[in-house]
Amino acid sequence: MAMTAAADSGLHPGFADPGLDSQRVFRAVLEAMARPGTIVGLPARAAGPAPLDAATTAILLALADYETPVWLDGAADQPQVAGYLRFHCGCPLTADPKAAAFAVIAAPMGMPPLSAFNLGSDEYPDRSTTVIVQVATLTEGAPWELGGPGIRDGARLAAGGFPPGFRRWVADNHELFPCGVDLVFTCGDALTALPRSTRLEG
Amino acid sequence: MPLDATDGRRRWMSVLAQAAPGDLAGSWSRLPALPAYELLRRPETGLVMVRGRVGGDGAPFNLGEMTVTRCSVRLEAGPCGHAWVQGRRPDHAERAAVLDALMQDPERRQAVAAEIDRLEALTIHRRDEAARKSAATRVEFFTMVRGED
Repeated sequence: MAMTAAADSGLHPGFADPGLDSQRVFRAVLEAMARPGTIVGLPARAAGPAPLDAATTAILLALADYETPVWLDGAADQPQVAGYLRFHCGCPLTADPKAAAFAVIAAPMGMPPLSAFNLGSDEYPDRSTTVIVQVATLTEGAPWELGGPGIRDGARLAAGGFPPGFRRWVADNHELFPCGVDLVFTCGDALTALPRSTRLEG
Repeated sequence: MPLDATDGRRRWMSVLAQAAPGDLAGSWSRLPALPAYELLRRPETGLVMVRGRVGGDGAPFNLGEMTVTRCSVRLEAGPCGHAWVQGRRPDHAERAAVLDALMQDPERRQAVAAEIDRLEALTIHRRDEAARKSAATRVEFFTMVRGED
Protein backbone atom coordinates (compact mmCIF):
# COMPACT_ATOMS: atom_id res chain seq x y z
CA MET A 1 0.00 0.00 0.00
CA ALA A 2 1.38 3.39 -0.91
CA MET A 3 1.67 5.85 1.92
CA THR A 4 2.78 9.41 1.58
CA ALA A 5 5.96 9.52 3.55
CA ALA A 6 6.80 13.12 4.22
CA ALA A 7 3.78 15.09 5.30
CA ASP A 8 1.99 12.97 7.91
CA SER A 9 3.01 12.64 11.50
CA GLY A 10 1.91 9.02 12.02
CA LEU A 11 4.17 6.05 12.50
CA HIS A 12 5.87 4.36 9.57
CA PRO A 13 6.44 0.62 9.23
CA GLY A 14 9.76 -1.02 9.98
CA PHE A 15 11.36 -3.87 8.07
CA ALA A 16 8.99 -6.32 6.38
CA ASP A 17 10.96 -9.18 7.92
CA PRO A 18 12.66 -7.72 11.00
CA GLY A 19 14.93 -10.68 11.76
CA LEU A 20 16.37 -11.39 8.33
CA ASP A 21 16.33 -7.82 7.05
CA SER A 22 18.29 -6.63 10.11
CA GLN A 23 20.88 -9.33 9.45
CA ARG A 24 21.16 -8.37 5.78
CA VAL A 25 21.67 -4.72 6.65
CA PHE A 26 24.16 -5.65 9.37
CA ARG A 27 26.10 -7.63 6.77
CA ALA A 28 26.05 -4.65 4.40
CA VAL A 29 27.41 -2.30 7.08
CA LEU A 30 30.07 -4.88 7.96
CA GLU A 31 31.06 -5.07 4.30
CA ALA A 32 31.26 -1.28 4.04
CA MET A 33 33.37 -1.04 7.23
CA ALA A 34 35.68 -3.86 6.13
CA ARG A 35 36.39 -2.26 2.74
CA PRO A 36 36.47 1.49 3.36
CA GLY A 37 35.29 3.55 0.43
CA THR A 38 33.31 0.72 -1.18
CA ILE A 39 29.75 1.74 -1.94
CA VAL A 40 27.33 -0.92 -0.74
CA GLY A 41 23.72 -1.13 -1.89
CA LEU A 42 20.99 -1.48 0.66
CA PRO A 43 19.75 -5.10 0.81
CA ALA A 44 16.51 -4.31 2.64
CA ARG A 45 14.58 -1.12 3.06
CA ALA A 46 11.98 0.41 5.28
CA ALA A 47 10.01 3.56 4.66
CA GLY A 48 11.25 5.75 7.48
CA PRO A 49 10.15 9.25 8.38
CA ALA A 50 11.59 12.33 6.71
CA PRO A 51 14.33 13.54 6.76
CA LEU A 52 15.94 10.10 7.16
CA ASP A 53 17.18 8.38 4.00
CA ALA A 54 16.33 4.74 3.38
CA ALA A 55 19.91 3.73 4.21
CA THR A 56 20.00 5.75 7.45
CA THR A 57 16.67 4.29 8.52
CA ALA A 58 17.76 0.74 7.72
CA ILE A 59 21.05 1.07 9.61
CA LEU A 60 19.27 2.37 12.70
CA LEU A 61 16.63 -0.35 12.54
CA ALA A 62 19.36 -2.98 12.29
CA LEU A 63 21.80 -1.63 14.86
CA ALA A 64 20.05 0.60 17.40
CA ASP A 65 18.41 -0.96 20.43
CA TYR A 66 17.76 -0.27 24.09
CA GLU A 67 21.49 -0.34 24.89
CA THR A 68 22.54 2.25 22.31
CA PRO A 69 21.76 5.91 23.01
CA VAL A 70 21.17 7.76 19.74
CA TRP A 71 21.96 11.42 19.18
CA LEU A 72 20.05 13.28 16.46
CA ASP A 73 21.26 16.49 14.88
CA GLY A 74 19.02 19.54 14.60
CA ALA A 75 17.60 18.51 11.23
CA ALA A 76 16.91 14.89 12.27
CA ASP A 77 15.50 15.76 15.68
CA GLN A 78 11.85 15.72 14.61
CA PRO A 79 8.95 14.29 16.59
CA GLN A 80 8.21 11.68 13.93
CA VAL A 81 11.84 10.53 13.86
CA ALA A 82 11.97 10.29 17.64
CA GLY A 83 8.66 8.41 17.69
CA TYR A 84 9.80 6.04 14.95
CA LEU A 85 13.06 5.17 16.69
CA ARG A 86 11.40 4.72 20.06
CA PHE A 87 8.75 2.46 18.58
CA HIS A 88 10.89 0.26 16.33
CA CYS A 89 14.29 0.33 18.03
CA GLY A 90 13.39 1.11 21.63
CA CYS A 91 16.59 3.13 21.82
CA PRO A 92 17.09 6.01 24.24
CA LEU A 93 17.59 9.39 22.57
CA THR A 94 20.26 11.57 24.08
CA ALA A 95 20.96 15.28 23.79
CA ASP A 96 24.63 14.75 24.69
CA PRO A 97 26.79 13.71 21.71
CA LYS A 98 29.42 12.33 24.12
CA ALA A 99 26.88 9.84 25.46
CA ALA A 100 25.79 8.56 22.04
CA ALA A 101 26.53 5.13 20.60
CA PHE A 102 25.13 6.30 17.27
CA ALA A 103 24.82 9.83 15.96
CA VAL A 104 22.62 10.76 13.03
CA ILE A 105 23.61 13.78 10.95
CA ALA A 106 20.86 14.72 8.50
CA ALA A 107 22.33 18.14 7.68
CA PRO A 108 26.14 17.76 7.47
CA MET A 109 26.74 21.45 6.83
CA GLY A 110 25.73 22.28 10.37
CA MET A 111 27.27 19.29 12.11
CA PRO A 112 29.49 19.57 15.18
CA PRO A 113 33.15 18.55 14.83
CA LEU A 114 33.89 14.83 15.16
CA SER A 115 35.70 15.51 18.43
CA ALA A 116 32.32 16.45 19.96
CA PHE A 117 31.33 12.77 19.98
CA ASN A 118 32.44 9.96 22.23
CA LEU A 119 35.96 9.06 21.05
CA GLY A 120 36.28 6.01 23.29
CA SER A 121 38.99 5.54 25.89
CA ASP A 122 42.29 3.65 25.78
CA GLU A 123 40.66 0.92 27.87
CA TYR A 124 37.48 0.79 25.78
CA PRO A 125 38.06 2.25 22.31
CA ASP A 126 35.05 0.22 21.10
CA ARG A 127 32.69 2.48 23.04
CA SER A 128 33.14 5.41 20.70
CA THR A 129 30.26 6.87 18.71
CA THR A 130 29.45 5.60 15.23
CA VAL A 131 28.49 8.69 13.27
CA ILE A 132 25.99 8.21 10.43
CA VAL A 133 26.23 11.14 8.03
CA GLN A 134 23.58 11.63 5.38
CA VAL A 135 25.46 13.22 2.50
CA ALA A 136 24.28 14.82 -0.73
CA THR A 137 26.31 12.44 -2.91
CA LEU A 138 28.59 9.41 -2.56
CA THR A 139 30.09 9.65 -6.04
CA GLU A 140 30.26 13.24 -7.19
CA GLY A 141 32.20 15.01 -4.46
CA ALA A 142 35.89 15.83 -4.42
CA PRO A 143 37.63 12.42 -4.39
CA TRP A 144 39.74 11.37 -1.40
CA GLU A 145 42.39 8.67 -1.78
CA LEU A 146 42.19 6.20 1.07
CA GLY A 147 44.69 3.78 2.56
CA GLY A 148 44.91 1.45 5.50
CA PRO A 149 43.36 -1.82 6.68
CA GLY A 150 40.91 -3.35 4.20
CA ILE A 151 42.42 -1.52 1.23
CA ARG A 152 44.91 -3.43 -0.93
CA ASP A 153 45.85 -1.12 -3.80
CA GLY A 154 44.06 2.06 -2.99
CA ALA A 155 40.48 3.17 -2.67
CA ARG A 156 38.69 6.34 -3.48
CA LEU A 157 35.78 8.02 -1.80
CA ALA A 158 33.97 10.83 -3.58
CA ALA A 159 31.28 11.75 -1.10
CA GLY A 160 30.28 15.39 -1.05
CA GLY A 161 28.34 18.01 0.84
CA PHE A 162 30.64 18.30 3.86
CA PRO A 163 31.22 21.35 6.03
CA PRO A 164 34.53 23.19 5.53
CA GLY A 165 37.31 21.53 7.49
CA PHE A 166 35.66 18.09 7.45
CA ARG A 167 38.70 16.50 5.82
CA ARG A 168 40.86 17.90 8.62
CA TRP A 169 38.46 16.42 11.23
CA VAL A 170 38.69 13.01 9.57
CA ALA A 171 42.51 13.17 9.47
CA ASP A 172 42.65 14.21 13.13
CA ASN A 173 40.22 11.44 14.01
CA HIS A 174 42.56 8.89 12.38
CA GLU A 175 45.46 10.22 14.46
CA LEU A 176 43.61 9.22 17.63
CA PHE A 177 43.66 5.52 16.69
CA PRO A 178 42.76 3.20 18.44
CA CYS A 179 40.31 5.82 19.73
CA GLY A 180 38.15 7.93 17.45
CA VAL A 181 34.75 7.70 15.83
CA ASP A 182 33.75 5.52 12.88
CA LEU A 183 31.89 7.21 10.05
CA VAL A 184 29.15 5.79 7.87
CA PHE A 185 28.01 7.87 4.92
CA THR A 186 24.54 7.29 3.55
CA CYS A 187 22.80 8.63 0.51
CA GLY A 188 19.42 7.31 -0.59
CA ASP A 189 19.77 3.52 -0.92
CA ALA A 190 23.55 3.36 -0.69
CA LEU A 191 26.11 3.52 2.06
CA THR A 192 29.85 3.56 2.52
CA ALA A 193 32.06 3.73 5.56
CA LEU A 194 35.22 5.41 6.77
CA PRO A 195 36.42 3.66 9.92
CA ARG A 196 38.93 5.35 12.21
CA SER A 197 41.68 3.07 10.91
CA THR A 198 41.53 4.55 7.40
CA ARG A 199 44.03 7.30 6.52
CA LEU A 200 43.57 9.95 3.91
CA GLU A 201 46.39 9.86 1.34
CA GLY A 202 47.91 12.96 -0.20
CA MET B 1 -5.57 11.40 24.85
CA PRO B 2 -7.77 12.50 27.79
CA LEU B 3 -8.08 10.20 30.76
CA ASP B 4 -11.63 8.92 30.11
CA ALA B 5 -10.68 8.16 26.49
CA THR B 6 -7.68 6.21 27.82
CA ASP B 7 -9.97 4.25 30.12
CA GLY B 8 -12.27 3.42 27.23
CA ARG B 9 -9.40 2.26 25.09
CA ARG B 10 -7.98 0.23 27.95
CA ARG B 11 -11.30 -1.56 28.25
CA TRP B 12 -11.66 -2.47 24.58
CA MET B 13 -8.02 -3.49 24.24
CA SER B 14 -8.50 -5.77 27.22
CA VAL B 15 -11.69 -7.25 25.75
CA LEU B 16 -9.95 -7.85 22.41
CA ALA B 17 -6.93 -9.45 24.05
CA GLN B 18 -8.98 -11.74 26.27
CA ALA B 19 -11.59 -12.79 23.71
CA ALA B 20 -11.49 -16.40 22.58
CA PRO B 21 -9.76 -16.57 19.17
CA GLY B 22 -12.87 -18.16 17.64
CA ASP B 23 -15.14 -15.38 18.93
CA LEU B 24 -12.80 -12.74 17.57
CA ALA B 25 -12.69 -14.46 14.18
CA GLY B 26 -16.51 -14.41 14.19
CA SER B 27 -16.60 -10.67 14.87
CA TRP B 28 -13.96 -10.13 12.21
CA SER B 29 -16.03 -11.84 9.54
CA ARG B 30 -19.23 -10.00 10.57
CA LEU B 31 -17.74 -6.53 10.20
CA PRO B 32 -18.48 -4.94 6.85
CA ALA B 33 -15.67 -4.21 4.38
CA LEU B 34 -12.59 -3.67 6.52
CA PRO B 35 -10.36 -0.87 5.27
CA ALA B 36 -6.86 -1.45 4.00
CA TYR B 37 -4.16 -1.31 6.62
CA GLU B 38 -0.42 -1.76 6.79
CA LEU B 39 1.60 -3.58 9.40
CA LEU B 40 3.80 -1.25 11.42
CA ARG B 41 5.08 -4.22 13.33
CA ARG B 42 3.99 -7.58 12.03
CA PRO B 43 2.81 -10.10 14.63
CA GLU B 44 5.78 -11.32 16.62
CA THR B 45 5.93 -13.67 19.56
CA GLY B 46 8.12 -13.11 22.58
CA LEU B 47 8.29 -13.28 26.34
CA VAL B 48 7.32 -10.69 28.91
CA MET B 49 8.13 -10.84 32.58
CA VAL B 50 5.01 -10.78 34.71
CA ARG B 51 5.60 -8.98 37.97
CA GLY B 52 3.63 -9.66 41.08
CA ARG B 53 3.16 -8.05 44.46
CA VAL B 54 2.11 -9.71 47.69
CA GLY B 55 -0.73 -7.50 48.86
CA GLY B 56 -1.12 -3.83 48.06
CA ASP B 57 2.04 -2.76 49.84
CA GLY B 58 4.21 -5.84 49.26
CA ALA B 59 7.51 -5.69 47.45
CA PRO B 60 7.26 -6.44 43.74
CA PHE B 61 8.75 -9.72 42.54
CA ASN B 62 9.09 -11.51 39.23
CA LEU B 63 6.28 -14.03 39.01
CA GLY B 64 7.45 -15.60 35.79
CA GLU B 65 7.59 -15.14 32.05
CA MET B 66 4.64 -15.52 29.76
CA THR B 67 4.43 -15.85 26.01
CA VAL B 68 2.79 -12.94 24.25
CA THR B 69 2.23 -11.97 20.63
CA ARG B 70 2.19 -8.31 19.76
CA CYS B 71 1.21 -6.49 16.60
CA SER B 72 0.79 -2.89 15.47
CA VAL B 73 -1.07 -1.72 12.41
CA ARG B 74 -1.96 1.55 10.79
CA LEU B 75 -5.11 2.28 8.83
CA GLU B 76 -4.97 4.17 5.59
CA ALA B 77 -6.89 6.98 7.29
CA GLY B 78 -4.22 7.37 9.97
CA PRO B 79 -5.13 5.77 13.31
CA CYS B 80 -2.67 3.23 14.70
CA GLY B 81 -3.84 0.12 16.53
CA HIS B 82 -1.79 -1.97 18.93
CA ALA B 83 -2.40 -5.35 20.49
CA TRP B 84 -0.64 -7.62 22.93
CA VAL B 85 -2.28 -11.00 23.39
CA GLN B 86 -1.39 -14.04 25.39
CA GLY B 87 0.26 -17.01 23.69
CA ARG B 88 1.45 -17.65 20.16
CA ARG B 89 -1.50 -16.24 18.25
CA PRO B 90 -0.42 -14.05 15.34
CA ASP B 91 -3.89 -13.95 13.74
CA HIS B 92 -5.51 -12.95 17.00
CA ALA B 93 -2.94 -10.19 17.60
CA GLU B 94 -3.34 -8.79 14.12
CA ARG B 95 -7.13 -8.74 14.30
CA ALA B 96 -7.12 -7.20 17.76
CA ALA B 97 -4.74 -4.47 16.53
CA VAL B 98 -6.92 -3.68 13.52
CA LEU B 99 -10.05 -3.50 15.65
CA ASP B 100 -8.22 -1.24 18.11
CA ALA B 101 -7.41 1.07 15.21
CA LEU B 102 -11.00 0.96 13.93
CA MET B 103 -12.28 1.98 17.36
CA GLN B 104 -10.29 5.20 16.97
CA ASP B 105 -11.90 5.93 13.61
CA PRO B 106 -15.08 7.93 14.36
CA GLU B 107 -16.84 6.65 11.22
CA ARG B 108 -16.41 2.99 11.97
CA ARG B 109 -16.46 3.11 15.70
CA GLN B 110 -20.15 2.32 16.12
CA ALA B 111 -20.10 -1.00 14.25
CA VAL B 112 -16.95 -2.14 16.02
CA ALA B 113 -18.16 -1.05 19.46
CA ALA B 114 -21.17 -3.36 19.10
CA GLU B 115 -18.82 -6.25 18.42
CA ILE B 116 -16.67 -5.29 21.40
CA ASP B 117 -19.74 -5.46 23.66
CA ARG B 118 -20.62 -8.81 22.14
CA LEU B 119 -17.11 -10.15 22.70
CA GLU B 120 -17.14 -8.94 26.28
CA ALA B 121 -20.45 -10.70 26.94
CA LEU B 122 -19.13 -13.90 25.36
CA THR B 123 -15.95 -13.80 27.42
CA ILE B 124 -17.88 -13.21 30.64
CA HIS B 125 -20.25 -16.00 29.70
CA ARG B 126 -17.38 -18.45 29.12
CA ARG B 127 -15.76 -17.47 32.37
CA ASP B 128 -19.01 -17.90 34.32
CA GLU B 129 -19.58 -21.24 32.65
CA ALA B 130 -16.15 -22.49 33.67
CA ALA B 131 -16.66 -21.13 37.20
CA ARG B 132 -20.05 -22.83 37.47
CA LYS B 133 -18.67 -26.18 36.29
CA SER B 134 -15.81 -26.11 38.70
CA ALA B 135 -18.04 -24.86 41.55
CA ALA B 136 -20.20 -27.96 41.12
CA THR B 137 -17.24 -30.16 41.94
CA ARG B 138 -16.22 -28.27 45.03
CA VAL B 139 -15.28 -30.35 48.03
CA GLU B 140 -15.47 -28.81 51.48
CA PHE B 141 -12.74 -29.85 53.84
CA PHE B 142 -13.33 -29.80 57.58
CA THR B 143 -10.66 -30.00 60.18
CA MET B 144 -11.62 -31.06 63.64
CA VAL B 145 -10.26 -28.77 66.28
CA ARG B 146 -7.79 -30.83 68.22
CA GLY B 147 -8.09 -30.48 71.94
CA GLU B 148 -4.91 -29.21 73.49
CA ASP B 149 -5.49 -30.97 76.81
